[in-house]
Amino acid sequence: MPDTLLFALEASLNGLTAGVMYALVALGFVLIFKASGIFNFAQGVLALFAALTLVGFQSGQIPFSHLINAMLGTRLHHFGWNMPTVLAIPATVLVMIGLAILVERFILKHLVNQEPIILFMATIGLAYFLEGFGDIMWGAEVKALDVGLPKGMSSAVDEATFAWFGYGFYIDRLEIWAAGIAAVLVAVLTVFSQYTKQGRALRAVADDHQAALSVGISLRFIWVLTWSIAGIVALVAGIMWGSKSGVQFSLSLIALKALPVLILGGFTSIPGAIVGGLIIGVGEKLFDFFMNPIIGGATENWFAYMLALIFLLFRPQGLFGERIIERV
Amino acid sequence: MLDASPTQTTLLEVNNIEVLYNHVILALKGVSLDVPKGGITAILGGNGAGKSTTLKAISNLIHSERGEVTKGSILYEGRNVVGLDPADLVKSGVVQVMEGRHCFEHLTVEENLLTGAYTRTDGRGAVAAELDLVYEYFPRLKERRKSQAGYTSGGEQQMTAIGRALMSRPSMILLDEPSMGLAPQLVEQIFEIVSRLNREQGVTFLLAEQNTNVALRYAHTGFIMENGRIVMEGNAQELRENPDVKEFYLGMSDKGRKSFRDVRSYRRRKRWLA
Repeated sequence: MPDTLLFALEASLNGLTAGVMYALVALGFVLIFKASGIFNFAQGVLALFAALTLVGFQSGQIPFSHLINAMLGTRLHHFGWNMPTVLAIPATVLVMIGLAILVERFILKHLVNQEPIILFMATIGLAYFLEGFGDIMWGAEVKALDVGLPKGMSSAVDEATFAWFGYGFYIDRLEIWAAGIAAVLVAVLTVFSQYTKQGRALRAVADDHQAALSVGISLRFIWVLTWSIAGIVALVAGIMWGSKSGVQFSLSLIALKALPVLILGGFTSIPGAIVGGLIIGVGEKLFDFFMNPIIGGATENWFAYMLALIFLLFRPQGLFGERIIERV
Repeated sequence: MLDASPTQTTLLEVNNIEVLYNHVILALKGVSLDVPKGGITAILGGNGAGKSTTLKAISNLIHSERGEVTKGSILYEGRNVVGLDPADLVKSGVVQVMEGRHCFEHLTVEENLLTGAYTRTDGRGAVAAELDLVYEYFPRLKERRKSQAGYTSGGEQQMTAIGRALMSRPSMILLDEPSMGLAPQLVEQIFEIVSRLNREQGVTFLLAEQNTNVALRYAHTGFIMENGRIVMEGNAQELRENPDVKEFYLGMSDKGRKSFRDVRSYRRRKRWLA
């Protein structure tokens, strides 16, 4: 096999795994969009907040210690113990559920039956609030996150590809794990939304708030449910991205990469989020690989958005999005 | 089979309610009505008369439209239900079918029906039995069960909406404008089924309708609303024969059918609201 082809193949494999990471973030958006018709601007910050909380718990950091120190002149920082990951993750999940309850109580409850744009604006507010709140609660330093997932080059892939092609591919083990976890997550979510009573109620609420109320579905419960699920998905995304590049405030910007993924896959489709993520991941890497020598670099920064633009022109509902039903 | 005629017991009693939207717009100005158990009761009137608001005040769906019952009481089986969560009301047996159908478009017809059983806790078997019952009354829905509700016809959507309400096994259905946008033949068919559900399943209906002619043929009692007030009530037979109803709502007069242009509005104001 010629070298170029091999390199291209390696690039696409790397693209696939990178795409899974994008898809993980996009998933959270899709969930909330499906259930409430809201484009949740805060999803990226939600991932950041989840990762911060997890690291905070793991390292036994005292929440709000900077604030308390500034007010009382104390020198608090850590409790002096480390919480094992198996405890820290459930504890973070509880925090995310608590957050969902607060979001419902203080924001969504008051905005029932409002235009989607108003709800969208509310999530922008939430995003800024959470970013600042996370900062006050856990501090602004960059933190390393380690939940015990394997990292570094996968020697299995390296050896296997070396045996076949005489050239070992470099694939990060973390990204292989991310792919596996994403697959499980999607399977669970699909089963939940298609085959359970609460899942059906969730889709019903997405279609028509008033009608859902009229058949006795409690909007408040469904919203807490969706935001909790979105919070948990955000936690998974936060763990993956945090393990890869550290927990820092730029993590909230991964939401921007999720946008083109959503436009490609469709805002309402869980498989769409995955396929969209994969296409963008692979497209990005391949485009870079082939075009870099010609136009000279930095294509990864804009390729996804250009692709999204083309999709918006020709297939605005995305690859798998629900067609907007309009009967005349 | 249950008794066909309405009983003497009152299932729902609305006492002198006022409804405000957005804290300023007074939509109902003291509405009172009784709904006898086991009957079909119709609220009639033109656009903006307050029919839908009355139904939504009972089901408390006005809350999500920034409306509020500011005065009066609504008693269902003797219990005040003003401000009760719609979900609790569905559990106690009152369910509304909203104006304009409001099906879940992206769900299939069958999924739409199943959402109607959301509040039920008596197990899958009971829900499946209910589903069969709904299909028995609406065989058309069984044929379309796998179709997305958004792609079905207006009549099928109205059937889906009524069937969905039935799935909660209600004692009372609030039916808002079932004839809206449907062909006369289909309207007749829908009312026929409503009437059968009332007779055979003992479901009490309170329906809001602009189509006075059809509604008064199927209902047992009726209320006529104008401008947020009830201006006339009586049993359906009486209302059908009332000269004012004939003139203003059925387009008839002593000299036979009459053009609406000839009905002079000042006369009606004088006669009814004096």
